[in-house]
Amino acid sequence: MRTVVFLVRKEFLQIFRDRTTVFQIFMIPVIQLLVLANAATFDVKRVKMLVVDEDRSTVSTGLVQRLQAGGQFDVVRYEASDADVDHALLDREVTAVLHIPRRFEERLVREGHGPVQLVLNAEEGATAGIVQSYANAILASYAAELSRTLPGLRGTSARVSPLDLRTQRWYNPTRNYKYWMVPALMVSLTTIIGLLLTAQNITRENELGTLEQLNVTPMTKIQFIAAKLIPFWILSMLIFTIGLAIGKLVFGIPMRGNLLLVYLAAGVYLIVVLGMGLGISTITRTQQQAMFVAFFVILIFLLMSGLFTPVDSMPDWAQTVAEANPVKHFVAIMRAVLMRGAGLETVGRPIAGLTVAGVAVLALAVLRYRKSVA
Amino acid sequence: MRAFLGFVRKETLHLLRDRQTLAILLLFPVVQVLIFGFAVRTDVRDIAIAVVDPTPDVATQELRERIAASDRFHLASVASSTRDLDRQFREGSIRQALVLPTDVERRLGRGDSLQVQLITDGSDPNTGGIMQGYAGAVVDRWYRDAVPVRRALRIDTQARMRYNPTLESAHLFVPGLVAFVLTIVSALMTAISITREKETGTMEMLLVSPIRPVAIVAGKVIPYIVLGFVSVVLVLVASRTVFGVPLRGSLLLLLAESGLYIVTALALGIVISTKAPNQRTAMIAALAGLMMPTLLLSGFIFPIDSLPAPLQWLSHLVPARWFLTIVRGIMIKGAGLATLWQETLVLVAMTLFLLVKGSRGLAIRLG
Repeated sequence: MRTVVFLVRKEFLQIFRDRTTVFQIFMIPVIQLLVLANAATFDVKRVKMLVVDEDRSTVSTGLVQRLQAGGQFDVVRYEASDADVDHALLDREVTAVLHIPRRFEERLVREGHGPVQLVLNAEEGATAGIVQSYANAILASYAAELSRTLPGLRGTSARVSPLDLRTQRWYNPTRNYKYWMVPALMVSLTTIIGLLLTAQNITRENELGTLEQLNVTPMTKIQFIAAKLIPFWILSMLIFTIGLAIGKLVFGIPMRGNLLLVYLAAGVYLIVVLGMGLGISTITRTQQQAMFVAFFVILIFLLMSGLFTPVDSMPDWAQTVAEANPVKHFVAIMRAVLMRGAGLETVGRPIAGLTVAGVAVLALAVLRYRKSVA
Repeated sequence: MRAFLGFVRKETLHLLRDRQTLAILLLFPVVQVLIFGFAVRTDVRDIAIAVVDPTPDVATQELRERIAASDRFHLASVASSTRDLDRQFREGSIRQALVLPTDVERRLGRGDSLQVQLITDGSDPNTGGIMQGYAGAVVDRWYRDAVPVRRALRIDTQARMRYNPTLESAHLFVPGLVAFVLTIVSALMTAISITREKETGTMEMLLVSPIRPVAIVAGKVIPYIVLGFVSVVLVLVASRTVFGVPLRGSLLLLLAESGLYIVTALALGIVISTKAPNQRTAMIAALAGLMMPTLLLSGFIFPIDSLPAPLQWLSHLVPARWFLTIVRGIMIKGAGLATLWQETLVLVAMTLFLLVKGSRGLAIRLG
């Protein structure tokens, strides 16, 4: 036990001696959280729009007004014909083009429905879908308004829709995207820092030749791995705490569930991540290799974790693969506990899964580690 | 010149000798394309929805069938009361709930107003909004068919998704991936390989040799330029054969712009390496300073127009942003240099600035 304490002290001294690294370890997650939480959003504001109005009627003018008034669209150009539309889209001058054909009002009055065409730059897929749903909502409410107000409507049976659809959005009624992203970003930042630091640690000793010095001491493999794991676990938990504090103080994210549960999950999760980092550093020889493997692993884990895109949208086989991804489970736990106030009965199983994974990963790291030089 | 060639050869051997890193470097672009194409999707499918139907009848049966038949939803549960909804939402076993009133069929027959409640898990505002739209549309259509006498005005929107009609995710991500992979391969690898020489002390040996510092750095980056090109080609071939991602513009222009961006990224790597004392610092700086901005401030995942104003301004400093516009322009929109000359000029200017800065930093000897 005393051996481990000494070695842990040595690791801490080594880390804190290197000012640049200390600065990086603590400041980068903070800065990133502050910046990225603002960056990670699919919110679409003020979509630049070009309107081709061939109808030039009261109804078509009203339509354009409604689009403008919502604040989501910004009509930057009017054209009388389609001639220049392609160029404006290609040049990224506008993102959306609304085409109102001739006789739009007339058809609306006579036939009860009139067509408009919406052309979107679908270069960025997420945006295009959202812009389309905005436009549809505005057009639908305008149509409902016209049903009541438009004079000369044939057949007076057009009455207000008696279908009363009341929508509610739970857990995030203000639609704050940060509430959704900040808990997940915290996970990604602790994961990146923790995994990289541990992956690089043993290989660095190897490269500098100090690993051999450690190997000739009488300590056991378990002591060695423990001494490497504990300092980084403490550091990562510290970073995680700072992240939570920023989330609460700066972004005001809701914390509906039990914080102890969050910490329990974080503690277990970090053992998995750091164990993987140590595992990587036992199978690689140089720091460059270790970083690259770590980087590769991080990227795949993050992208398939549901952090940026919903796991439910992935094809079935990918969802099955994602079950083995610790990041996915921790992201889900964080969101469930913080946003929906889920308790142990919901997150108990993933936490148990993470525990099993942690034990397995550590055992593997101990087994893989060789005290002798090949 | 011969000394220089010998040096390039040494660096190439270094790179080729390390099979593990090389394998990852080559595997990396291909795996990325596969993950992005198959697994990272922004569309919303397979929404677990619960229907609360206190008095089931023919009309509600029809609605339930419509929901079950849609591939966007799967009917997770049908209950007669709202008692369990709270728990189900918290567990995450459902993401939407549709609460119907009693006696739906009779109300429809009499033409009474029908109050339907639609509850959505809005934790993720974006997905929440999309789910709400989908479910609302299903209910609306069901209602319209159930009450044929009603007549309300309709504006039919015919939407056309220009450049990517099916919103295929591979088409959206591949251009970003080219930028991303190049940043990683070129900037990260250069930064690490130069600081490594510093850390292990071999940089000093190189500096006392008759080769000039600039030549040392040039020799170090040349193998990575080649590797960068190989990565671009790998991404293009993989995305083409597996997902049929189009290349609408000129291949030559795309490769030339990639060449330019590789140099930009290498210059970034050099600048990082002149500042960083050891590999750990270089690596964290490269990852935090390059990888995350390249992912998030370039428009790769999140659209630039959605960023708050200060970050939009900041994104102008991220080279990947300009390169991404160029690659998307060439591949997806078939644009030529006539449209993309501004972005190209910005990249050229950035590259020159970084190269000057990098070589200045090098002139200072180890201190």
